[in-house]
Amino acid sequence: MEFFRNVNIDFLGKKWYFLAFSLVFSVAGVLSILFWHGIPWGVDFRGGTLVYVKFSHTPDLGAIRSAMDRAGLKDPKIQPYDQPALNEVLIDLGIRETSEKALDEGKTKIINALETNAPAGKQDLNNASSLTIKKHLLDKDPMHLGTDADTKYTAQAQAIVNYRDKVMGGVLTSLDLKNALGVDPAAASSLPDGFFLSDFGVRNVEIVGPQVGGQLRTQAGLATLYSLLGMLVYLGFRFEWIYGIAAVVTVFHDTLITVGAFSLTKTDISLTVIAALLTLIGYSNNDTIVVFDRIRENIKLMRREKLSEIVNRSINQTLSRTILTAGLTFLTVLALFLFGGEVLRGFSLALVIGILIGTYSSIAIAAPILVAYQDWRLERGKRPVGIPAAKGR
Amino acid sequence: MNKNLLYKILFIVGTMLFFLFGILGVPKSLKPDDLLTALTDHIHLGLDLKGGTHLILQVQVNDAVNVDAQNAMEVLRDQFRSRKIQYTDITQTDPQNNPDHIVIKGVPPESRSDLRTIVQDRLQEYDVTSGADNSWNLAMKPSSLSDLKSKAVTQAIETIRNRIDALGVSEPTIQEHGLGQYQILVQLPGVDDPGRVKEIMQNTAMLEIKQVIDGPYTSQQAAYQAKNGIVPVDQVLIQGNTLGGRAEGEQWYFVSRISAISGKDLRHAAPSTDQNGQPNVNFQLTREGGQRFYNFTSAHVRDSLGVVLDGRVREVATINEPIRDQVEIKGHMDAQAAKDLAMILNSGALPASIHYLEERTVGPSLGADSIRSGIRAALIGMVAVLVFMLIYYRGAGVNADIALIMNLIILLGFLGWATMAGVNVALTLPGIAGVILTVGMGVDSNVLIFERIREELRNGKTPPSAVDQGFSHAWITIVDTHVTTIVSAAILFIFGTGPVKGFATTLTFGLLANLFTAVFVSRVIFDWVLSRKQRGEALSI
Repeated sequence: MEFFRNVNIDFLGKKWYFLAFSLVFSVAGVLSILFWHGIPWGVDFRGGTLVYVKFSHTPDLGAIRSAMDRAGLKDPKIQPYDQPALNEVLIDLGIRETSEKALDEGKTKIINALETNAPAGKQDLNNASSLTIKKHLLDKDPMHLGTDADTKYTAQAQAIVNYRDKVMGGVLTSLDLKNALGVDPAAASSLPDGFFLSDFGVRNVEIVGPQVGGQLRTQAGLATLYSLLGMLVYLGFRFEWIYGIAAVVTVFHDTLITVGAFSLTKTDISLTVIAALLTLIGYSNNDTIVVFDRIRENIKLMRREKLSEIVNRSINQTLSRTILTAGLTFLTVLALFLFGGEVLRGFSLALVIGILIGTYSSIAIAAPILVAYQDWRLERGKRPVGIPAAKGR
Repeated sequence: MNKNLLYKILFIVGTMLFFLFGILGVPKSLKPDDLLTALTDHIHLGLDLKGGTHLILQVQVNDAVNVDAQNAMEVLRDQFRSRKIQYTDITQTDPQNNPDHIVIKGVPPESRSDLRTIVQDRLQEYDVTSGADNSWNLAMKPSSLSDLKSKAVTQAIETIRNRIDALGVSEPTIQEHGLGQYQILVQLPGVDDPGRVKEIMQNTAMLEIKQVIDGPYTSQQAAYQAKNGIVPVDQVLIQGNTLGGRAEGEQWYFVSRISAISGKDLRHAAPSTDQNGQPNVNFQLTREGGQRFYNFTSAHVRDSLGVVLDGRVREVATINEPIRDQVEIKGHMDAQAAKDLAMILNSGALPASIHYLEERTVGPSLGADSIRSGIRAALIGMVAVLVFMLIYYRGAGVNADIALIMNLIILLGFLGWATMAGVNVALTLPGIAGVILTVGMGVDSNVLIFERIREELRNGKTPPSAVDQGFSHAWITIVDTHVTTIVSAAILFIFGTGPVKGFATTLTFGLLANLFTAVFVSRVIFDWVLSRKQRGEALSI
């Protein structure tokens, strides 16, 4: 089977269309970053408190909001998370409710606000840690243990927590745990003495203080910059400087459009999204290098031809590989986007967009830059140095 | 088959066995359950998959510098007294931000050389410069300052590790975090209650013994009123807090800013009981600390001493006679409190206080969901790629698929071997994504080579020479593409934390393994296929 055989498309002839296409997307992204949504930094970078809450029933966002208001938490973002059937809600307190002095205050306030039915003197079993449960068991001593009560009750508490989190998915709806695996009936029957059940459990908490956020932003910026610089130097060394510059401009174009897309769709840029961006820098560069390598090879074979002709031929020769690889990588990334779950959503979105753009740009941006540079030199009456030289063999 | 080829095949089989051992060790049996246990024994899951607590702490390194500067000031006062040098004042100019900047005022010009000698002999870490009006400025040498700060971080890590070990958390990660910002990363798998851990870590902040100058007062205002609102520079007002939390209303004390001794002078602490059978804590001082404490207590007989823990006065006692190395904290605590306090003191005092910068808890149920979806995505992506390669390249597709599977085995085996070697490389959720990406990008090398071979065949080359040309041309490109991707991954590894590091690790080793499988293994398979073909027979590609 073969998709591309003896294709001969005049890619360079379409450079103005490409330029228009790229401009539209980059400008839209830049405008969104500057005037609309800004860069939608995730909690890793902007700081704040995120609490992922799972309810035992369909959550009532209005009721949650008024509970937050009563607790004095100012405009939290409250939104459903993941699939509706999972009854999960993400509560996002901005950086104003997060100070480094009392980092987890916001979390505690949220939990207290949601425990609307708390009877006095009882604790919420859905949000109790195994240590709290162990302490209760030690106090009540329902199993009448003498020595090694500590170890046995630790194991009991662990079994109760395991049942809640692993078997029941995080929220219990009944305090009757007599039939839970590994839980002693006597221990189970003592639970109602000290505990009640709320209708939610906290699945996941992320609290990032203001200092870390700023520091991470700088680091992410530096990481991207160093990555680009590393490419520039390596390609300058392996090819010629203009190749390095063309590759870096191309990759920058890809990064800009991807970040722009995040801004347009208001998707949070988390730490893992930055990881995806850096991977894209590497990936998009792969494509560019494959084309450049072929250009370098063809320049030796086709000394009489015009550079634009050589570049066109090189793109066409590698087109089959470019499309196949892009298609296959896209396939894996698409699987990640569709089936990888909510946690990886941003990460796989960055890759889905980036792989499309990265493949496009190695043909539509990198190669035309080489030709444009050469034309510019010829216009100024200089020899077309730079390009034909082929190092690194 | 020629001998050379046979050796290569044996080498590949050996490598595969080596990495398979890394993944599974020697499983008890081939039943799925045993295989799964063997797998989880060898490849550790990251916190985001296992559930647990992740904390980032900031060590307030200036605390440690401050302690050193206070010491230096004490040394200066001491020396000036014994050498009979006059001075009007010794203070820190900016105790908050630059605690090491000390200014000495009113030193007569003739004592100049004496002062220099003192600094040279006793305070080698400091630079001294003269200022206006007979004043002198001391500041710590930049190298000593950064040494002191990084020592504070190392010591804090050690202390926190001791404490967490005492809690019995399995496989904790406690290490310096970031790039020289004096931060510590603490990861505790399976701990769902960060509150308790933070309590233990914080409880154990600083121990100091200070002179109690005035007090107790019943409130902050009362204390200030007693001094007419003016607190002398060498004193601080701190709250009292009796051990065991006995409620007696508030107590406030004026204590000396300088500590007689601090936690680092401690050698050993033990819970015990006093003559009346009351629980107390006994501690011994180091030789040097004991000497200093002896000098101090000799000079302050009949004065009051306060044991200050975490900036709270825990105990006040009168000095009856000079004390050398045995100190006792007594009263107002039960046996458990005495035991805890001794544990805390023994694990070493934190050289500086800590702030929390970041706290994340991943519930175990979330981790389990993530693993399920991550693995599902990986399998779907991989099967899609494997099937496509088979359809598109037929015979050579088998070759690519073998290379791809070997690539995965090496990657996972590498993680397993690294774990066995005690290197902390856990498989995180982004790490699984890295594995998936490796599949996608790894197949690129095969595609590059195969497309080139097809091209050479079209140009009329014979199969053996087309394979040869295909590999040698594609090789250059493959090296270039791999180097650039590994450069980005390496930068990620340096800058990233936790999950991102896991991603960078799997991506890097996936790509390195790819060089071996897509180029070497694939070539051997081609050679083997070619060796079985008649001259002129077509290649399935």
